[in-house]
This record gives sequence, structure tokens and C-alpha cells, in this order.
Amino acid sequence: MKKFEYGMAKNLAGAFEFLKESEAKIKAGGIDLLDLMKEGLESPTRLVNIRTVPELSFIKKDEKGNLHIGATTTLAEIAAHSEIQTRYRALAQAAKAVATPQIRNVATVGGNLCQRPRCWYFRSADFNCLRNGGDHCLADEGENKYHAIFGNQDGCVVVHPSGTAVALMALDAKLVIARKKESREIHIADFWVTPEDDVTRENILKHDEILTEIILPATEKSTTSYYFKQKEKQSFDWPIADVAVVLEMNGKKCTASKIVLGSAAPVPWRIEKAEQVLKDKQISVTLARQAAAAAMVDANPLSQNAYKVPVFSAVIYRTICWAAGIDPFAA
Amino acid sequence: MDHPKNKKTNETNPKGISRRGFLKGLGVTSIGVAAAPKSELLAKLEKTPSPNGKLLGKDAVIITLEVNGKSLQVEVEPRFTLAEVLRDHLNLTGTKIGCERGACGACTVIMNGVTVNSCMTLAVDAIGQKIETIEGLEKDGHLSKLQESFIEHDGMQCGFCTPGMIMSAKDLLDKNPHPTREEAQEATAGNLCRCGTYPKVFEAIVAAGK
Repeated sequence: MKKFEYGMAKNLAGAFEFLKESEAKIKAGGIDLLDLMKEGLESPTRLVNIRTVPELSFIKKDEKGNLHIGATTTLAEIAAHSEIQTRYRALAQAAKAVATPQIRNVATVGGNLCQRPRCWYFRSADFNCLRNGGDHCLADEGENKYHAIFGNQDGCVVVHPSGTAVALMALDAKLVIARKKESREIHIADFWVTPEDDVTRENILKHDEILTEIILPATEKSTTSYYFKQKEKQSFDWPIADVAVVLEMNGKKCTASKIVLGSAAPVPWRIEKAEQVLKDKQISVTLARQAAAAAMVDANPLSQNAYKVPVFSAVIYRTICWAAGIDPFAA
Repeated sequence: MDHPKNKKTNETNPKGISRRGFLKGLGVTSIGVAAAPKSELLAKLEKTPSPNGKLLGKDAVIITLEVNGKSLQVEVEPRFTLAEVLRDHLNLTGTKIGCERGACGACTVIMNGVTVNSCMTLAVDAIGQKIETIEGLEKDGHLSKLQESFIEHDGMQCGFCTPGMIMSAKDLLDKNPHPTREEAQEATAGNLCRCGTYPKVFEAIVAAGK
């Protein structure tokens, strides 16, 4: 890593003060950023550590029942939080499925949302890929086993790497973005940037902005959720397919649902066609399989990743079943 | 059997030069616990003191780390990782560096009661934290029960992953003194063993909790 100055912010004001340097980068857990710096893909002249800012690390409920999670709350803290485990199960599962115990103890939920893609061309200083300023996507015609099967027509075929993003999309989370003394609230679906809009970034955060908080809406008792990450090595790996399902139930009938895929497209990918299949129906293994089939109708695999289509189909139908509390392997 | 390659290749040869010491002599690795004055120099080296935080410059500062219950002063640049500082500056070479990307777990240490990859931790972020490394497990010349259990159950082959594996296991046993095999597997999910001794590792951890 090249030399850098180190801003140890004690509060948000300090973080914004240190961010005035144009080549400064925000660091929370630092796992992804140090990885990029070690590869020589990022060489900030200053790091601004927000991990030491107490006002960014919390989990608390407001009077309306919304749950607020500070951006530097660690994945381990989220995975172990009893209220998240019961009311927002998909998020606890997604946090628990990230990397290793050592990384979950340090990595933050804000950092997980803001991490850069894992594409091997993008991650190597030896290649000048489209996302790194080159003139074309090297994975599109190259090694693309782990790449996108949706949203891959706009040049870059990376998949979005964040598992918690998938769960938070399905749970209708909002994000709070601060800029000096102001802050704004956006729906998480509006946070992502597609390759078509700007291939050099994955989200809308500007240099002088900090993601400070995630807000989960109050849930009804009739809301149930589930997240599953399929990996090649289940104990610890990047996913080949991950799925979050949220179901609103009225008795045995599903009145509304959210189905979101990770590792499928350059941004977390909502599948409304599958949601429509479940609407106002009683969830069964057969219905879940129909929804999974509908989810894959628009899939557009690349030369090496057609295998991901049946993997996604299986993971989607199972996750719907698990969310509904039925055994996907029965019958 | 008498082939020179089969001769004893210990760390220290008859001339009293150890492999590590030789490398240091060549300047391949930088060394030296800073012989620093006891006063905290950090404050003087801050570029812009502010109630909102401290800004360290790019160059080395002297910090104090608490490792295995001892306060150690060491000179570090903000870009130095905890793994580098433990190994190259504090001579605590039990902690290994494998992938250097937080993927293999060979560098696992316990920081304030949780396991971390010391290769992905900046040394300056470890100021004020209680750091435990493999060297801290031995007490009065005796290995810990967990270490003995790894020997008893053949929980290693080449041994490179072992310090990290044991630190993950220690963290588990500190919180859950009688873990199941599944809990041992989950706790060491971030520690790769290229010799594939996993079954023996899990046996050793479960046995250490009995």
C-alpha cells in the first residue's frame, strides 16, 4: 500500500472535515478498501476512519416501530441481534452468510453495501477493464463463469457483491445519506447505479457524502422473510446465487411479496414476474417452482454461466418455501 | 540419509545465525521495537489537532499496542497492518501471513474479545485494543490445554494455519467452553488448511472443551 494520511474521526463533523482532501477515502471496517489498496487499484492520499465515530454504530427502534441501524454496525452485530433475527430474518441471515467470522467481526453493513464488485478483471491491476476506465468489458467475451445473467447488456457484466443489499431491498429499507450538516433519506432501490448510467460506480454516493444509517420499516406479524446464499463451498465463499424473499401473509394466502436476487446482475435485481405468481395464492412447493420459473424467463446468460439459471431456479423456489415455513423437499 | 539436504536445518545453525536473524541482517525485513521515550509522542506528531478527531501524517508515529497483556511501543506508518507490525516489528512471528487479503485466516488474532484478520487491520486501529496472539497462550512454559489438544489429536500437518486456527478455536472456547463439532466448524470457517487436516482440527477443539 502507498503511504497515506490517517484521519481518526471522533464524530461526523470530523469525518467531513477530513474528507475535504480531494483524494481522501472513507474507511469503515476497511476490508474491501484495504483489499483494493493492496492490489494498487485505489491509492488514496488520506483515509478517513469512521469506524471510531460512535454516532454511526447503533441499532435502535423509533416510536413508530421502524428499526434504525447505524452504517458502521458490524455484520456480526446484525447477525446476532435478536429483534433482527425475528422481525427481519432475511437481514440477519444475509449478514451471517457474509465471508468469515473474522471478517463479520470487522466489516460494517454500510461497507458491505458500498463494496466494489468482485469481477476478476476489475480486481486485477493487470487488466484495464471498462469499469476501471478501459474501452470494453473483458468478462463479456472472456472468463464470465461468475458474472451476470440479468442486466448484462450495457457493457459491464459484473454482479453486485453485497448480500445484505439483497435482503435490505426485499425488506424495503431506506438509507440515510449525510452531507456536512444536511441529510437525506432515499429508498435503497434508488441507491444503485447501473452500468448504463455510469459504469465507473455502483452507487450514487458522492465524494463529500457519507452513508450514515439504514432504516427498516415496521413490520406486521404477518410478514415473513428468508435469505439464502448458494456458494460453491458453503462454509465460506462468494455466492453464485443469493435470494431474499419477503412474504406478506393473510392466513395461508400470500397477499404481497418481494423477491430479490443477488449475484445475478450489476445491481440487486428485483423479480416482479415471480412476485406476481405468488400474489393472492396459497404458497405451495408447486407454486414456488412456478414463481422460480417465471423469475428466470428473462435470464440472459453469458458464454460460461448458463449453469446459474437452474441454480437460481432452485434457490428461489426453496427460499420462497422456507420463507413460508414449508419444506421445499416435501413431495 | 546423509545427503546434505537431510541434515538438520534448524532455525539456528552451529555458527549461531538464525534464518530469521540472517534475513534481518540483510535488511530484508525491517525490524526494531522502537526505543522510544516513554512519553506519548503521538500528540506531537498530529498535523491538525481538533476536537473532531486526530489526523496522522503519512510518516511513522510511535504508538502503544497492548499485546498479550504487555504494553509495547512501536513505530508504525498508518499503512502498516497489525500482522506486519506483530511479525516484523514486535518479533511475534507466531501470527502468520498467508493470503494477505483476509481470506485464509493464518493471521487471526483476538482483538477486544473477537477474532480479526490482522492482515486486514491497520496497526493504528489497534491502539487501545487488547490484542491476543498465539504467543499469549503458553503460561509459565506450559502450553495451553487447547494447544496440547491439537498435538494430541494431530490437528496439523505443515502447521502454517495452526496459530490462526488455534486463535479462532480459543475465541470459541472463551465464549462456549464445551462446543459441539458443528460449532467448532463454524468458528473455524475462516481458517483454511491446505493440508486438509480439518477433521483432526475439529476433534482437537471439541476435546479441548471436554
